[in-house]
Amino acid sequence: MIQVVCVKQVPGTENRVKVAADGRSLDPAGVTWVLNPYDEYAVEQALRVRDEQGGGAVVAVSVGGPGVASALRNVLALGADRAVHLRTDVTAPDPLSLAHALAAELRGLGAGLVWFGKQAVDDDQAQVGPMTAELLGLPCATAAAAFVLEGEKATVEREIEGGHEVVELTLPAVVTAEKGLNEPRYASLKGIMAAKKKTVEEKPAELGEPGLEVVALVLPPSRAAGRIVGQGPGAVAELVRVLREDAKVI
Amino acid sequence: MSILVFIEQRDGQVRAISREALGEATRLAAALGGPVVGVCPAAADPGLAALGEAGADRVLLAGHPAFAACDASGYAGAVADAAAVLKPAVVLFGASTMGRDLAPRVAARLGTGLATDCTALTVEGGRLVASRPVFAGKALQKLTFRKVPALASLRPKMFAPVALAGKSAAVKPLAVEFDPAASRARVLRVVAAGAGKVDLTEAEVIVSGGRGMKGPEHFSLIEDLAAALGASVGASRAVVDAGWRPHSEQVGQTGKTVSPKLYVAVGISGAIQHLAGMTSSRCIVAVNKDPEAPIFKVADYGIVGDLFEVLPALTQAVGRLNAQA
Repeated sequence: MIQVVCVKQVPGTENRVKVAADGRSLDPAGVTWVLNPYDEYAVEQALRVRDEQGGGAVVAVSVGGPGVASALRNVLALGADRAVHLRTDVTAPDPLSLAHALAAELRGLGAGLVWFGKQAVDDDQAQVGPMTAELLGLPCATAAAAFVLEGEKATVEREIEGGHEVVELTLPAVVTAEKGLNEPRYASLKGIMAAKKKTVEEKPAELGEPGLEVVALVLPPSRAAGRIVGQGPGAVAELVRVLREDAKVI
Repeated sequence: MSILVFIEQRDGQVRAISREALGEATRLAAALGGPVVGVCPAAADPGLAALGEAGADRVLLAGHPAFAACDASGYAGAVADAAAVLKPAVVLFGASTMGRDLAPRVAARLGTGLATDCTALTVEGGRLVASRPVFAGKALQKLTFRKVPALASLRPKMFAPVALAGKSAAVKPLAVEFDPAASRARVLRVVAAGAGKVDLTEAEVIVSGGRGMKGPEHFSLIEDLAAALGASVGASRAVVDAGWRPHSEQVGQTGKTVSPKLYVAVGISGAIQHLAGMTSSRCIVAVNKDPEAPIFKVADYGIVGDLFEVLPALTQAVGRLNAQA
């Protein structure tokens, strides 16, 4: 079975956000880029499925500029078999246009399972996975916390408000990965060396028409500095008083 | 043009988040014009006429036996059909787990733009502008829509419901074409996490513990305070990664973004990825032994001290308050 993992390169979570001069995008100066953390769980699960099945291929796909190649190399180093880089000069294409580009590529790949992270930790839209599934007419389970494959049926557990639900998908299907789905591996030196010999196919991304336009990126208002009520358990009485009388939250 | 709102029900009850979406729809309708129309995929009418008081002028009931508990792909057709009939200017969803799953599918079917997890919607020059946190709250993005309808999902607890006493919504059936046998996604079961457990994103009060708790066995102190406050338990990334607490409790980037009335951070230093997920809380309290911890820069009230002394004292004090009430 061919599995495709759609990945994105994002600023690491320890980065501070600075707004670029255009007032609507991230200032890339000083930003360290990483594979989207949720994508690590997607990659790991695809590799496990391949290894359990004793065959098949894991193909990593990403849309973006030249920087994306390093994210794809990371996924190859983890053990993916090959990669497809859908090139575009458009910075931060919107979810609808991305979903169209991915769907166009996926139509030709014949994947039994298509994996995404549940969201990218930059724009946090959490929509390209299910949107791509809908464009392809595939069933989809989002934010998978557990995954079991038996033949053509995948059973996915996902958290919902106040509990969890268990969804059964008939392959081919799309699954987006939640943190905790598995314990992602680290790339080994051998994997990193092997990745250098694997192919990254480059082709232009067939982006769809965007549905959104970013008009501004602003920093949230900073919170006014609070006050230290006191030291140690002796301060508890005063804390309870201000929470009740001033903040009125208890 | 109308404002269409997805009405989410579970177990025959309309979920609170749908009332929040209806409230926002009435405010948008005042600026954009047109009626507020709900669309509710359900097995049976969960009391939709009463949504008039929440702001609905009418509600389309997309009735189907399989809609009692259904995967989002089943609902997507009904909502997209309602949009095709009504041609609304805006379609709103609650950004619940169902809404997060459903809205992108409807957007793909309609070929239109979707802004997810919005915290504010405004109308500027007759156009809808969506504000939404990005980078888990480190920044705020403002978006406009290039196609009609504009789709937006609304973060829980950020939009106030309205109460229009005595108003009733007209309930009309919407024809549904859905064949559960042809569906390749099936909800096998829903498992409740235990009575009274409130999801972090919907909690009014959260007590979170971090590495300062020193071990999973000490989280009973957090749970005791949470019980006294009627709060849900949260955790920092460090303790989730260490396996002390489940990921469902993680607050911050790669966890949940929360905005409760009261957030109590205990033994959490305040790494940027944690702060991103909780600084939109109304009131923040921090307990930490390090007076220089970054958490104190965002906290409204802080206690510097040993949490193993402060927590039990705080739990007791809140307990006494409850006893007086």
